[in-house]
Amino acid sequence: MALKDLPVDECLLQGNASCPGCPATIGLRLVLKALGKKTIMVVPACCTAVIESLYPYTSFDVPVMNIAFEAAAAGASGVEAALRQQGRTDITVVAWAGDGGTYDIGLQALSGALERGTNFIYICYNNQIYSNTGIQRSGATPFAAWTTTTVGGKTEFRKELGEIILAHHIPYAAQTCISYPEDLYNKIKKAMSIKGSKYVEILAPCPPGWRFSMDKTLEMGRLAVDTGAWSLWECENDVMTFNGKSKLLLEKKIERKPIEEWIKYQGRFSHLFKPELDEKRLQAIQEHIDHLWERYRKCYVKI
Amino acid sequence: MKKYIVETSLSYPKKGAMGKTGSWRVFKPVLDTKKCVKCLRCWISCPEASIHREKDNSVSIDYDFCKGCGICANECNVKAIVMEREKTKGK
Ligand SMILES: Cc1ncc(C[n+]2csc(CCOP(=O)(O)OP(=O)(O)O)c2C)c(N)n1
Ligand code: SF4
Ligand code: SF4
Ligand code: SF4
Ligand SMILES: [Mg+2]
Repeated sequence: MALKDLPVDECLLQGNASCPGCPATIGLRLVLKALGKKTIMVVPACCTAVIESLYPYTSFDVPVMNIAFEAAAAGASGVEAALRQQGRTDITVVAWAGDGGTYDIGLQALSGALERGTNFIYICYNNQIYSNTGIQRSGATPFAAWTTTTVGGKTEFRKELGEIILAHHIPYAAQTCISYPEDLYNKIKKAMSIKGSKYVEILAPCPPGWRFSMDKTLEMGRLAVDTGAWSLWECENDVMTFNGKSKLLLEKKIERKPIEEWIKYQGRFSHLFKPELDEKRLQAIQEHIDHLWERYRKCYVKI
Repeated sequence: MKKYIVETSLSYPKKGAMGKTGSWRVFKPVLDTKKCVKCLRCWISCPEASIHREKDNSVSIDYDFCKGCGICANECNVKAIVMEREKTKGK
């Protein structure tokens, strides 16, 4: 799949309320290119509910049901059950929620839907913060990152939600990033082709939230992958495959970049560099990532 | 467009639901079609879907809605797009 093969049609309309350089809209364009018009989306409170724009208009050209912050997966389960009763098998039901709505408040509803095997795709766009309400920490916020509720830097490491999802043994789960359009598109297409519960998480670097220049949104995603702070993988029927650069990193075919290469561009980590270098915390972040990849290698490299 | 009677608020799709967001711009992307190699990176990268793609994969910028983020210029490997400060603010 090359860029020229991606569909021209857009289901996210121009002139919406997103910030300039928004990763959510980049992701939504790609996701909707894959899904097409026969889609019903369920969107809880998050930036995307704002991106929909103001009543009586919406910037979405597919049906969207808005629902309470914690209820994306429960709402999608209801939509799926209603369509099933009507014998409609041609419509893809998609929950699209932020990391706050997924890692934190929506986790119970999500786990329930995955356990019941609801036939839908749950997509989490992960900008590692509660951005809609003005940049508060979430379970996805990395260690040492500034948010308005972690002023000196977060004191905890982020949750490995991917591994919690894998524990449900659903037919398809994947991690991708807006900076890899073909990877993202292919994963949504694959999720559409499989019956049962599917989970896709998209890393979405947010310029105002992470405090970087708005032209660098895609670059921040690529550096997250190069440094191993994020990884591209998919797990189909319990068979795990790392993809693209993450596969080369896992197999040690390329070197992982030091984590500083990613965080030095983000104002949310600037207190680690000035007034003086915080070597202790920088080292703690690097060690955490090294440890994560050692674990990946133990679990997923076939010898 | 078909309208529905439901007991909740219902919004209908509209291009420019927040108006012509091109007025938000401070910097404006300027495309040099002679340099462009039609790779489509800018087209797929634009958060606003404001780079239009033609049948022959040539591209053009829609200034009505482009918010001036500069991602297209940053992603273009051959520097066919450069950012220039808007002369008068907005459109
Ligand atoms: C029960 C409840 N608590 C709090 C809120 C306020 N609220 C709305 S969106 C949001 C944060 C959403 O964060 P996330 O899911 O990561 O999406 P993002 O805004 O980052 O896109 C919060 C706290 C709410 N709407 N409902
Ligand atoms: S805060 Fe971030 S995710 Fe939310 S609309 Fe702005 S750029 Fe997009
Ligand atoms: S990224 Fe540059 S070369 Fe590629 S299509 Fe856009 S303007 Fe042309
Ligand atoms: S500056 Fe941003 S919004 Fe404008 S065309 Fe380029 S990528 Fe799109
Ligand atoms: Mg978020």
